[in-house]
Amino acid sequence: MYQWISLISLWAIPVMIAFILVYGWSKSVPVYETFVEGARGGLTTTIRILPHLIAMMVAVTMFRESGALDWLLSFLAPLLTFLHIPKEIVPLALLRPITGTGSLAIATDMIAQYGPDSFLGRLAATMQGSTDTTLYVLTVYFGAVGIRNSAYALRVGLWSDLAGVIFSLVIVSYVFS
Amino acid sequence: MLNVIWLALIVISIVVAAVNGRIEAVNQAAFEGAKTGVTVCFGLLSVLAFWMGMMRIAEKAGLLEGLARLLSPIISRLFPDVPKGHPAMGYILSNMSANLLGLGNAATPMGLKAMEELQKLNPDKKNATPAMCTLLAINTASITLIPTTMIAIRMQYGSANPVEIVGTTLLASFGATIVALGLDRWHRYRYHRKSG
Repeated sequence: MYQWISLISLWAIPVMIAFILVYGWSKSVPVYETFVEGARGGLTTTIRILPHLIAMMVAVTMFRESGALDWLLSFLAPLLTFLHIPKEIVPLALLRPITGTGSLAIATDMIAQYGPDSFLGRLAATMQGSTDTTLYVLTVYFGAVGIRNSAYALRVGLWSDLAGVIFSLVIVSYVFS
Repeated sequence: MLNVIWLALIVISIVVAAVNGRIEAVNQAAFEGAKTGVTVCFGLLSVLAFWMGMMRIAEKAGLLEGLARLLSPIISRLFPDVPKGHPAMGYILSNMSANLLGLGNAATPMGLKAMEELQKLNPDKKNATPAMCTLLAINTASITLIPTTMIAIRMQYGSANPVEIVGTTLLASFGATIVALGLDRWHRYRYHRKSG
């Protein structure tokens, strides 16, 4: 099973690249010029995203470094004990929608600390894998096209992140207990 | 809402830092955060430029149109406001498939192209349309078939069975996606009722 998965992830991209290029060539698309033209689009997009990313990263880093995140955690502690939610997982659950690299760092840290095959290690991996960085996705996608009012997208994203967290807890407890 | 969250994060941080006596740390954090923003952006730059180059070829060759036509019955149900055969459909589809395969960094450029196409259909360029919200709902919930990064990390730390979390991840992300699409439907319904 694992061999198959690593084989697929190894070959997926090269095969895709070759296929797109050869197919484009067969349709007499000037592949080199077209690639450069598209890549230039990538450049302008990145520059449009940059200010949004800076704004978000500043707020998140300040929130973590000020100790506000720790306060929030200790404030939530009684509720967590009541719900039988291990408090070790809360920083991951809270940071997951805000920062992908930050939560990846926490998940990796948990796996290193408790072991990949412990309950917490499996829970961290499942949670990290099944949710996404809503705030980042929103910032990047809407920032790129200049949308100011995100309508209900943020609300839907955050609720589905919460759903992902709850599902991870329930499913991992059920499958690996 | 992003306005409020951003403001709250920063103001709360400063107040808490003042109480904790960590003003110095928060001072540094502001610029550290800005730097991270730039670093992340540069990381994105290479990947975005590369995939957008590839996608432009795919687009010119008619690959995206073909793909969109093939799977339009499914996507047009999710995106009823997007005309059939519109290039946005092709990008949405490639974005979804890259997400499924856990190719996060290939998914973003395609999602961005999809967003650009949806923006062309948007009568009011500052406000998000329901189609845009659905695209984000799919992306933030992200059904993941193969959580590549997590498998790699579990391997690195000597797990006896690194892929055993594939099933739990699939189930959890499937559940989250159902919730996201359900909420999206509900909000879309209210949105259309409000705007007539």
